[in-house]
Amino acid sequence: MRELALNILDITENSVKAKASLVTVLVQARNNTLTIRIEDDGCGMDAEFLARVTDPFTTTRTTRKVGMGIPLFKMAAEMTGGTFDIRSEKGKGTTVEATFVLDSIDRAPLGDLADTVVTLLGDDKGTEFVFDIRVDGEKFVFDTRELKKELDGVSVTEPEVLLFVRDMINENIKSIGGEKL
Amino acid sequence: MKSIADIKAIRDKMQSQIVLRDNQDAEQEIRIVVGMATCGISAGARPVFNALVDEVAARNLHNVKVTRSGCLGMCKLEPIVEVHIPGEDPVTYVLVNPEKAKNIVANHIVNGNICKDYLITNN
Ligand SMILES: Nc1ncnc2c1ncn2[C@@H]1O[C@H](COP(=O)(O)OP(=O)(O)OP(=O)(O)O)[C@@H](O)[C@H]1O
Ligand SMILES: [Mg+2]
Repeated sequence: MRELALNILDITENSVKAKASLVTVLVQARNNTLTIRIEDDGCGMDAEFLARVTDPFTTTRTTRKVGMGIPLFKMAAEMTGGTFDIRSEKGKGTTVEATFVLDSIDRAPLGDLADTVVTLLGDDKGTEFVFDIRVDGEKFVFDTRELKKELDGVSVTEPEVLLFVRDMINENIKSIGGEKL
Repeated sequence: MKSIADIKAIRDKMQSQIVLRDNQDAEQEIRIVVGMATCGISAGARPVFNALVDEVAARNLHNVKVTRSGCLGMCKLEPIVEVHIPGEDPVTYVLVNPEKAKNIVANHIVNGNICKDYLITNN
């Protein structure tokens, strides 16, 4: 994938499919490490399935025999000299955490996180999201539950609302120095 | 800089339109479905989704919903976009990019002309 924000969309989509009610996405740049952690309270996986989930031939899809999302994310992190970890408990949830060496030439750019959020919010499947973005000492947190409270019944999927969210996220990421990632 | 509280202006405007919308038949809703599995995402489904949102917003199409789905089973032909118009057969577009996505909204959804060049038989 050309952008880590695309991996984030892909891994978060796994959480939505796992019927998570809340997904928390942490993107943290500190010193020379970029940490991306996606934590959900969805259906989880049992130990046997989890042990082979980084193998592309592990999937519960019926349209094809391979699942590439997790293997690609793991590869993207390890290519930079970073780490990958996935923990899960059946019925409790799943946490995927990858670290990237920031200045590695093999690291993909973070890319367009705002477009990733619009894609996730544009079709509301009942999952709430928290995006917690930290660059050095600065941080920006976007919580869809707070947004929905302000919207007071108006749907988040309204295109005008989505355009607002995209602008807001772009401005805030820029202000904390996140666009250089 | 914008914050969540700034959504209020948009909300108030939308709330005055909601009454109108509730009266609209939900079954008249047009759905645009974008394949958003790993295969779709790596082929460019995210910019396609965002271009569709932009175009639907710019044209004020209140009966059109842009949605995501999983793998549609033809990974090599991603990004794939399906258009579901009530009372018509669904149409599947393949190898879609943001420009094609905007044309699909303008030609197919607004004017009722299927974009034949983007159909599977032509790829
Ligand atoms: N957050 C999660 N909660 C529960 N199960 C998960 C989660 N993430 C992944 N899985 C399980 O692991 C499998 C493999 O995931 P992976 O993302 O690698 O491939 P996929 O989603 O099956 O297909 P692809 O990502 O290629 O579209 C999934 O089919 C699903 O069964
Ligand atoms: Mg996946």
